[in-house]
Amino acid sequence: MNLLLAILGAMSQGLFWAILAFGIYITFRILNFADMTCEGSFATGGSVCALLVAGFNWNPFLSLIVATLAGMAAGAITGLLHTKLKIPSILAGILTMISLYSINLRIMGQSNTPFLRDKSTIITLIKDLLPPAKELGMKDSTLQILVVIVLGVLFSALMIGFLYWFFGTEMGCAIRATGNNEAMVRAQGGNTNKYIIIGLVVSNGLIALSGALVAQSQGYADVTMGVGAIVIGLASIIIGEVIFHKKISFAHKLIAIIVGSIIYRIIIALVLHIGLDTSDLKLLTAVVVAIALSIPVLRKKKVVVIQEEE
Amino acid sequence: MLRIEKVYKTFNPGTINEKRVLKGLSLHLNPSDFVTVIGGNGAGKSTTLNMIAGVHVPDAGNIILDGVDITGMPEYERAKYLGRVFQDPMMGTAANMEIQENLALAFRRGEKRGLRWGISKEEKIKYTEALKILDLGLETRLTSKVGLLSGGQRQALTLLMATLQRPKLLLLDEHTAALDPKTANKVLEITEHIVESNKLTALMVTHNMKNAIQYGNRLIMMHEGKIIYDVSGEEKKNLKVADLLAKFESASGGEFANDRMILS
Repeated sequence: MNLLLAILGAMSQGLFWAILAFGIYITFRILNFADMTCEGSFATGGSVCALLVAGFNWNPFLSLIVATLAGMAAGAITGLLHTKLKIPSILAGILTMISLYSINLRIMGQSNTPFLRDKSTIITLIKDLLPPAKELGMKDSTLQILVVIVLGVLFSALMIGFLYWFFGTEMGCAIRATGNNEAMVRAQGGNTNKYIIIGLVVSNGLIALSGALVAQSQGYADVTMGVGAIVIGLASIIIGEVIFHKKISFAHKLIAIIVGSIIYRIIIALVLHIGLDTSDLKLLTAVVVAIALSIPVLRKKKVVVIQEEE
Repeated sequence: MLRIEKVYKTFNPGTINEKRVLKGLSLHLNPSDFVTVIGGNGAGKSTTLNMIAGVHVPDAGNIILDGVDITGMPEYERAKYLGRVFQDPMMGTAANMEIQENLALAFRRGEKRGLRWGISKEEKIKYTEALKILDLGLETRLTSKVGLLSGGQRQALTLLMATLQRPKLLLLDEHTAALDPKTANKVLEITEHIVESNKLTALMVTHNMKNAIQYGNRLIMMHEGKIIYDVSGEEKKNLKVADLLAKFESASGGEFANDRMILS
């Protein structure tokens, strides 16, 4: 029962973190831009959300919009650094990321901001609409997890819908082509600088939204919450790809990322259940990514061996 | 149609690698001119095309296309006037995208790309018709990824993309050099068909002297950043490869015609 709860909890977390993975998918896979901004913009989303809700008593749903806008601004900065000032993509992202660390501290005024009041997150808002957990015959923590799962499904479904639409539009197609072949896009009259910036803006908007959702679900925002976000996002993408292989449609790829994100959380939950410490998680994540990345290589090697035998 | 006026271009100026590629190049093209361009390595052929396309900006001189001065216009902006096919078959298309998506990108050359849906139903019919002209069976593979196509198929597709919106000028930069001879001839036939049926103005760089004579109505030979021979009409039709070789040699003092030109 404990384990089942842990897995349900992992699922609920995986859904919110999947939105981070969508953002990373846009830059790393679609735009072919190794964007490090995400580690900063994830925490920015959480910080902005915490400031508005805990500091200014904003409606937690409204705060998500502002958090998303803040992430989009961060993406635009990285984009401008790269396209206008010709700073290499990785360095441009790192510069924004590192400056966001200071900015996030300024936003919150401290390194950690809890959502203290009872009705201060989207989860508690929804829970208050429902009858108390006791009447439903379950523990309060179980109800909490179920609400998070419902919200997670809702938000990730919304984002899949948005991304499917956006990357099917003329502009979305041009952004995809920019990630493929910049020379071709320019030859066809496309301003590649513009498309790189728009891609980064959309990506970091999603990442900040994910940060805000995660902050609300865990009950606090922390200035270090974005550390390792890239690896976690990549882990979700790669686990999804390994499970579903690569040749699937765009919408299915996004669903695969959600599944990957949930599986990643389940792996973490299982390992914690076995008795590892939370401080080992970063190492564990790196190992998970390394293993997931090596699976296709190992598969290929196997094929080669078989061919040679024939 | 196109007027290039005394264009100069030096790469890496002031360094040990300084290379003066174009030295006062001037060239005038009439509407519907189909010009083949030949010349040795480093003659400035590709640089000239890249200068017209906006990849490089001239150090001095002007480029005027159909009355518009495009000398300093950004590459993506002047793209609305130009169709381009590159030497590398990988360069003209987006490999991870479908054939119809590539065509849709090309169909919007010179137009704003907004939040309308990327491909409309009517377009798909138009693309099927356009692909039939190529006679490569691509019309039944609209949703195939371009990365699955052969080099020749990709060049033919790029050619179609370059002319889907009628360009004022078509730039072909050795677009068959990376293909095997049979495929190269097929792509050249398609090129001739598209250029003539649309009455396009075109500049085609080639290393193959036979092709340079066979195709187009005018031939120019470049050497060290200048045009040293410009021939059109009957005189061009009656040219022989040997005549061109002789021209090359007299212009360059003998060291000019390299193996690649003689063999091709």
